[in-house]
Amino acid sequence: MILPLTWGVLIISIIVITIISGLLLAAIFRRRRVEDSLLSRPSGGLTWVYAGVGISTLVLVATTVWTMKTLADTVLPPRETRLTIEVTGHQYWWEARYFSDKPGEIFTTANEIHIPAGEPVRFKLVGSDVIHSFWVPALGGKTDVIPGQNNITWLEADKPGIYRGQCTEYCGKQHAHMAFFVVAEPPEQFEQWRQKQIAPATPSPDLIQAVATFQTRCGVCHSVRGTPAGGKVGPDLTHIMSRGTIAAGTLPNTPGHLTGWIANPQGVKPGNLMPQIDMSGADLNAIRTFLQTLS
Amino acid sequence: MARHTQRAQTPAIVTANAELAERLHKLWEIEPGIKGFLGTVDHKEIGIRYIVTSFVFLLLGGVEALILRVQLAQPDLHVLSPETYNQLFTMHGVSMIFLYAMPVLTGFSNYLWPLLLGARDTALPRVNALSYWLYLFSGLFIYASFLFGAAPNDGWFNYVPYANHQYNPGPNIDFYSLGMIFLGISTTVSSANFVVTAMRTRAAGMSINRIPILVWGTLTSSVANLLVVPAVSLAFFLLWLDRNYGTKFFQPQSGGQPLLWQHLFWIFAHPWVYAIVLPAMGMVSDGLPIFCRRPLVGYTLVALSTMATMAIGFGVWTHHMFATGMSDLALSFFSGVSIIIAVPSAVTVFAWIATIWTGRPVFTTAFHYFAGMIALFVIGGVSGFMTGSVPVDWQLTDTYFVVAHLHYVLIGINVFPVVGAIYMWFPKVTGRLLDERIGRINFWTMFIGFNLAMFPMHISGLLGMPRRIYTYPDDVGWTAWNLITSVGAFIFAIGVLLLFHNIAVSLKRGKPAGANPWDGGTLEWAAPSPPPPYNFVVLPSVASRHPLWEDRLDDAPGRSLIDIGLALDKGRQMLGTTVIDAEPAVILQMPFDSYAPFTLAVGTAIIFIGMLYRSWPDIGIGVIVTGIALLLWLWPGRLREGSPEAANEPPFAEPGHV
Amino acid sequence: MSDVTMSDLALGHRAQGMRAPALPVGSIGSQASGYFGVWWVIITEASLFIYLLFSYAYCTMQFPGPWPPSGPPELTLASMDTLILIASSIAVALGEHAIKQGQRARLTLGLAIGCVLGIVFVAIQLKEWASKGASLSSNLYYSLYFTTTGFHMAHVAVGVLILAALTLWSALGKFDSVRNSPVSIGALYWHFVDAVWIVLFTTYYIVPRLG
Repeated sequence: MILPLTWGVLIISIIVITIISGLLLAAIFRRRRVEDSLLSRPSGGLTWVYAGVGISTLVLVATTVWTMKTLADTVLPPRETRLTIEVTGHQYWWEARYFSDKPGEIFTTANEIHIPAGEPVRFKLVGSDVIHSFWVPALGGKTDVIPGQNNITWLEADKPGIYRGQCTEYCGKQHAHMAFFVVAEPPEQFEQWRQKQIAPATPSPDLIQAVATFQTRCGVCHSVRGTPAGGKVGPDLTHIMSRGTIAAGTLPNTPGHLTGWIANPQGVKPGNLMPQIDMSGADLNAIRTFLQTLS
Repeated sequence: MARHTQRAQTPAIVTANAELAERLHKLWEIEPGIKGFLGTVDHKEIGIRYIVTSFVFLLLGGVEALILRVQLAQPDLHVLSPETYNQLFTMHGVSMIFLYAMPVLTGFSNYLWPLLLGARDTALPRVNALSYWLYLFSGLFIYASFLFGAAPNDGWFNYVPYANHQYNPGPNIDFYSLGMIFLGISTTVSSANFVVTAMRTRAAGMSINRIPILVWGTLTSSVANLLVVPAVSLAFFLLWLDRNYGTKFFQPQSGGQPLLWQHLFWIFAHPWVYAIVLPAMGMVSDGLPIFCRRPLVGYTLVALSTMATMAIGFGVWTHHMFATGMSDLALSFFSGVSIIIAVPSAVTVFAWIATIWTGRPVFTTAFHYFAGMIALFVIGGVSGFMTGSVPVDWQLTDTYFVVAHLHYVLIGINVFPVVGAIYMWFPKVTGRLLDERIGRINFWTMFIGFNLAMFPMHISGLLGMPRRIYTYPDDVGWTAWNLITSVGAFIFAIGVLLLFHNIAVSLKRGKPAGANPWDGGTLEWAAPSPPPPYNFVVLPSVASRHPLWEDRLDDAPGRSLIDIGLALDKGRQMLGTTVIDAEPAVILQMPFDSYAPFTLAVGTAIIFIGMLYRSWPDIGIGVIVTGIALLLWLWPGRLREGSPEAANEPPFAEPGHV
Repeated sequence: MSDVTMSDLALGHRAQGMRAPALPVGSIGSQASGYFGVWWVIITEASLFIYLLFSYAYCTMQFPGPWPPSGPPELTLASMDTLILIASSIAVALGEHAIKQGQRARLTLGLAIGCVLGIVFVAIQLKEWASKGASLSSNLYYSLYFTTTGFHMAHVAVGVLILAALTLWSALGKFDSVRNSPVSIGALYWHFVDAVWIVLFTTYYIVPRLG
């Protein structure tokens, strides 16, 4: 419903530009009877104003009515939403918390938001630090994330697919690298993903040392459910390997990039809140090995 | 002993003559040396200072933009660090919107108004001088932040909480906050001067339906500024308190309201963006007719639509906040008003087209700019119309589509008219014409470069590119458009440089202009080029909108008098007239050159520097300097009647007369 | 010269020779440019207070808890302040009226009383501030309260200085029945400051008590 309106105003705009430019050029270049004196007794001209303003006003009023109708029709989702996701904007990543009637099925993930395709999904937008804006261009308009105020919006993906989103309110040094992905899946696939996300990590016994290293180096900020690491400052990493990208859509999630990111976050995203930690190659290796088991 | 004061004079009506001219010259000329440099109150000198200073800031803002465009020419470049990028994009906006766009129009209005109005100066010349010094010092204050590596970095609208001290601990935002309050004082006093001038010091017979549209434009902006500048000054002051004294206005954790900032800011900033285009539109409305050899079509409608645009403009500010989670009622209302505000703009655009259509265009460079801006106006206008529709705005806001829109309206409706105005009035100011051949190249380079730079931004915005990002990935389809924009920006910059080249060349070797090189109809073309310090030897009286065209148009019942009129040579004197009909009402005693405005501005600067350092002693010194300057400025003078000295000696400034 | 008709010019030209009417010189009464100017100063400063009150109203509407958090502010000192300002405006107005009759001594007295009462206002308000047991950083309410009343007090302070200067100039004999526009200008500003106080007083002190 928004799309026809968007096309409508765009086409109206292009027509207006064409007509006015045409009139302007015609006015400038049209043939005139050559006058002897510099100033002839000036005539008329007001008809132009009345006609032009009259037509413009009609178009403007019609657009206003169309706008209000579209607004009324799209403010609420077309059907009841079954899923509510609470999205919290942080400098410079997105936290997503999936609600459920069953408390044991509430879980938190980050930067990659899966939704079932073909149904509207409700989003509750929570601010934690500065103002951000939650926007998936292909799926809908943007809504700001404002501390102290919870905004509600909804999105629906007609077809399954991966849809890119990006923070659209300047929020600091790494505003440029605060993307996220909405992955729309057929309902059964979504349910599979959801069940997997609910489950805690189960690190194998030979990773005890790596888990401990992770806890020391990373656990203050990051959580991995199923281990003692419970930090809430940075993204939840329980199922990090299920995501296609890391660092809020900045890098592909490959072992090389993952290592590079952990070793040099300030090089990848200068000014983001993940500190540059001097760690030995062994520690880095251990952490990466552990993370790669978190699918 | 009772002092007798002069209650009335019967002013002499004389024919302009050389002896009177010489006497007036001695009375009105700028004092030589430092007194004249620091203390001049001549509106022409102040106007030129405003224009030159604003163009310096334009160049600085332009360089900032070019650096940004180098960084954005390709994906993932590392020409600039994110922090540097953020400071540059912020200062680009600040420089253009606050330190160029309004002051340049203030400069043109300063220079032209008294000439257009048939007066010798504005109504409050020392206030006028004060406004310039405050502008210069506040601009320097804001730019001084670069010396500390701490330029403002939160965009020109400076949203909280990112502007709060928790997220922005350096002095960047303090420079911006205090600098803007400082600049606001300049804007306020300058606006007050324009309003009082428009009300009081017009030529006899210049009733309100005979005022040039430039005067309507600046008058409208000035009234608006007086009403809305306090909103932004307050917002910045509250922010400064939050950052430095622990207040809670914008602290969400204490119940503070980030959206309060946005409301206060946009209540100011939306009328501001109309204030920075309406005077320029007025210059087009006054200039286009000259180059179409006929008066403006629909003068009354254009004057009314100037005021209507601003009046409606007070009621649309939340269209900058459509994505913040407003109520449906508010969304509908503000969306509707934001679309309807296009109606008065349409009046003006069609009036211009009608003027061209029914007139006979003369293809001077000025005409190119005045006609070319109409096309840019329409493109900028329709992109605004699109974003006025809320559901569409939810896609377009905060993307490069809006960046395209704002550049089309600001460059199209401010910069292009300003350059056209330079080509038109340069001869009046300097006595020489700008080169028309260079002018053509100047226009086309600017026009092509501008469109090449800005039009693709509509597309990158529609493709999802957000604003204010220092880089972008290579796989989202924005690359080609960004490259084209960057190339176009440099071409546009060359165009701007051509303007300076033309000015430099023509100052030395331009063709001598004479008083009325374009055969214009309004009063400024009756004064010599450049005008003498007193503007008119005798004060003109007018019978129509186009005093110099009356004989040929033959549509006015009376005739304006230009060579015969009031001499008003008993000191620095001007005529004060009634507001609506401009009947003579009072003889105004005008001030001589004075150090008070400069000193007052210095005192104010000391106060703001003291606030920046939170140093009470410095603030105290500033207050004392300011207070003394004010006291001396306003000290009532002596008036002596009848004594032989009084006849020849210019009286001091009168009680309450600034 | 005589062929030209001046019917729509206001100079009263006649066919034989031209004469202009006698015009007053300079700032007589409400003809002073400064008088026009101060009206616009008042309009812009009034806007400032409107935005301060807007901020208060906006925060009031959005605040999650009871408002004002410590209950409505005490009325005693603020009410005294209100009466003092009204009295000072009356004193100044009477002085202004007197000088239009040429009575310089009464003008000086009226201005002086107005000035002194203004100082008393400031003193009482400082006392009231101290009695709050809070500062502008205590919470959002006090941030608004102290900033708003602080802005007003700054305007009072400027007004006191204006009245002091006018008192001095009046004593020095600068004003008479014709030349007295600084008095009108200063008085207008002072009445404005008084009016602002009444609105602030109503908003901060009375409205919270209206349920």
